[in-house]
Amino acid sequence: MAEVEMYKRTPIEQDLFVRRSKETMRGQVMMFSLMIFMTLVSFTFVVAYQQGVEGFTKYLVIPVLFLFAAVQVGLQLYYFMHMKDKGHGVPQMFMFTGVVFAFLIPLTFVTIVWW
Amino acid sequence: MSSVAQKRGFGAALWDWMTTVDHKKIGILYLIGGGFFFVVGGIEAMIIRLQLLKPNNDLVSAGLFNDLITMHGTTMIFLAAMPILFGFMNYIMPLQIGARDVAFPFINSLGFWMFFLGGVFLNVSWFFGQVPDAGWTSYASLSLASPGHGIDFYAIGLQIAGGGTLMGGINFLVTIINMRAPGMTYMRMPLFTWTTFVASAMILFAFPPLTVGLFFLTFDRMFDANFFDHQMGGNTIIWEHIFWIFGHPEVYILILPAFGIFSEIFSIFSRKRLFGYPAMVFATVLIGFLGFMVWAHHMFTVGLGPTANAIFAVATMAIAVPTGVKIFNWLLTIWGGSISVTTPMLYALGFIPSFVMGGVTGVMQGAAPLDYQLHDSYFIVAHFHYVIVGGVVLAILAGVHLYWPKMFGTMLSETLGKITFVFFFVGFHCTFLIQHWLGFWGMPRRVWTYMDGQGWNTANMISSFGALLMAIGVIVLVINIIMTTVKNVRVGNDPWGDGRTLEWAIPSPPPFYNFTQTPLVRGLDTVWIEKQEGNATGLTFAEPVTDIHMPHGSIIPFFMSVGLFIAGFGAMFHQETSWGLPLLIFGLAWTFVAMAMRSLKDDLGYHVTKEEIQRDVNNASKGGQN
Repeated sequence: MAEVEMYKRTPIEQDLFVRRSKETMRGQVMMFSLMIFMTLVSFTFVVAYQQGVEGFTKYLVIPVLFLFAAVQVGLQLYYFMHMKDKGHGVPQMFMFTGVVFAFLIPLTFVTIVWW
Repeated sequence: MSSVAQKRGFGAALWDWMTTVDHKKIGILYLIGGGFFFVVGGIEAMIIRLQLLKPNNDLVSAGLFNDLITMHGTTMIFLAAMPILFGFMNYIMPLQIGARDVAFPFINSLGFWMFFLGGVFLNVSWFFGQVPDAGWTSYASLSLASPGHGIDFYAIGLQIAGGGTLMGGINFLVTIINMRAPGMTYMRMPLFTWTTFVASAMILFAFPPLTVGLFFLTFDRMFDANFFDHQMGGNTIIWEHIFWIFGHPEVYILILPAFGIFSEIFSIFSRKRLFGYPAMVFATVLIGFLGFMVWAHHMFTVGLGPTANAIFAVATMAIAVPTGVKIFNWLLTIWGGSISVTTPMLYALGFIPSFVMGGVTGVMQGAAPLDYQLHDSYFIVAHFHYVIVGGVVLAILAGVHLYWPKMFGTMLSETLGKITFVFFFVGFHCTFLIQHWLGFWGMPRRVWTYMDGQGWNTANMISSFGALLMAIGVIVLVINIIMTTVKNVRVGNDPWGDGRTLEWAIPSPPPFYNFTQTPLVRGLDTVWIEKQEGNATGLTFAEPVTDIHMPHGSIIPFFMSVGLFIAGFGAMFHQETSWGLPLLIFGLAWTFVAMAMRSLKDDLGYHVTKEEIQRDVNNASKGGQN
C-alpha cells in the first residue's frame, strides 16, 4: 500500500491521456458556464418578479427556480463530483436508493397517512 | 502477535485489547460485550417470568416491572443481538472475502467502544435507580411524561451506541465493495457476506432516522424543545413514525445476518452448493428494500386511516414471498445432501420450523383487521420472540458453535452443544408457544401482574418453566466454553472437514494478517472447488509472498467514546445542577481533542516483512491437526 511505484506512460497512452484531459476540461468549462448562466437567469427572474414585470408571477418564477436548482444539483454531482465517470456505480445506487426512500416516505405522510 | 506464545502481564494484555484495531480482536470484543449484555438481558427476562409465574404476584413492584421489560427489550435488541452479530460479521466477513482487515480499522475500534460505552451508559441507570420505563419503543407521550432520568439514559445511551453501529455498518459496506480478493465478484460472495452487505446498507439508511428521533427526544426532555408535545404545536405520533421507520428495518438488520449464518451451515453440513444461490441473493436484497416500506404496520391501531392500513398490509404480506424463497432454498439445499447433524446443523434444522411459525404469525398481524384484535396482546409477544429467538438467537448459538474453532482454535464439545440445543429449543417453544393462546385469551402485554380466575395461571406457569429450561441451556453452553478453553485441544484449518469458503483454508485462529498471500477466488465456494480439484490447501494465491502493510493500534477510539460518555451525563444533569453544562462542554471538548489528535498525527502503519511471514508459515505447519 505504502510503496510508491513509478510507471512511465507510452507515447500513445500519453496522447490518449492528453486528449481525455482536454475533453474533460472542455466539459467542465462548458458546464461551469452553463451553471453561471442559469444562476444569472434565476436572479433575473427574481428581480423581474420584484419589479413587477408583467408575466413574471410567482407561479412561473418558483417552479423555474426549482427546476434550475435540480439541474444545478445534477450537474454538480455528475460533472464536478465525477458521478458520470466510471467506477461510481455503487455510490450512485446508494444515493438513488436514499433518494427513493426520502421521496416515498414523505409522500406517504402527505397522501395516505391521516396523522 | 505471531503464533509464538509470549508471556505477558495482565496490564499489557488489557492495553493490547483496548488499543486493538484488528478486526478479529474487535469481533471477539463485540462477542464478549454482546455476551455480557445478553446475560444481563437474560437475567431481566428471568425476573419477568418469575413475576408472572403466578397470579397477584408481588415479587417486583409495578414500576420495577416496567423498568425490567424496557431494559430487557432494549438490551436484547441493541446491546446483545446486534453486537453479537456484529462480532461475527467483523471476524468472519473479511476472512470470507479474502481481506486482511476491514476498510477502516480505526473506525471499527471506535464503533465498538461507542457501542460498549453507550450500553454501559444505559445500564448505569440501574445504579441511579432511575431506569427507562416506557418500553423499548419509548412512545413519546409516555416517555415525555416519565419522571426522573430513566428515559434520558435511554435517549443518550442509544444515541452513543447507535453512532457506533452506524460507523460499523458503513465500514462493512466499504470493506465489501472495495476489499474483495481478486476473482471475488459480487455473485461469488458467500451468503454470510451478502447478508452482512445488505444488513449494513439497511443500517446506513435506518439509523439516521433513529438518530434524529433520539435527538428530538433528548431535546424535548432535556433542552425544553417541543417536537412531540402537541400542546406546543408538536406531534406525538411523529415519534412512532420515526421510531418504526428505523425499527422495522432494524429487525431485518438482525435477521438477515442470521439467515447468512444458516445459509453457510446448511451448505457446509449438507456438503452441497447452496441451492438457488442467485435467488437467495435477490431475496436478501428484496427483503432489505421492502423492509423500509412497511413501518406503519406497527401502527395499524393508531388510526392512520383505511387506505394507509390497506397499503401497508399488502406491502407487509409481500415480504413473505422472498422469505419463502429462502426457506425453500434451504430445504432444497438439504435435500439429497450428505447430511451430518452436528450442533450448528441441529440449530439450523430447528430454526426452519421455528422461524416459519414466527413468520406466519407475522403475516397474521399484517392483516390490519385481525391486528386490531391481536394488538398489544401476548400474541404479539409470542410472535416477536418466535422470530427473534427462533431466528436470531438460534443463529447466534449456531454461529458460536460453528465459528468457535475458527476464532479460538479449540472445538466446543459436540455432546454438550447438543444438550444446550435440546434445553434451549424445548425451553424456547415451551415459553413462547403458549403465549399465542394467552394472547387469544385476552392477556395484554406489558402487564405487571394478573388476577386469579381468568384461566391464565397454568399457561403462565408453563411459560415461566420454559424460560428456566432456556437458562439451563445457556448455562450448559457457558460450562462447555469453560471446559473447552481449559482443555485447550488445538484444531487445524478446517475442523468441520467440509469448509467451503476462504475462512476455512487459513489457520485457526488466523494470524493477525489473515492471509500470507492474497487468495485468488475461482468461483462460489472457492475452497470447495480447490479441494475438489485436488488442491488440499484449498487456496490458490494471487500474488507472491510480499511485505504486508498493517495499521497500528490506537487508544484514541476509546478516549473519543469516553468523551461522549461524559458529555451524556452533562446533558442529563444540566437542568438541575450547576456542573451539568460545564461537564457537557468538557466531554464534547474531550472528544474533539481526541479527534484532532487523530487528524493531526500521521500514522502510516507498519510492514510485516516477508521473513516474518515465512517464519509463521513454517511454525504453523508443525503444530495443529485436523
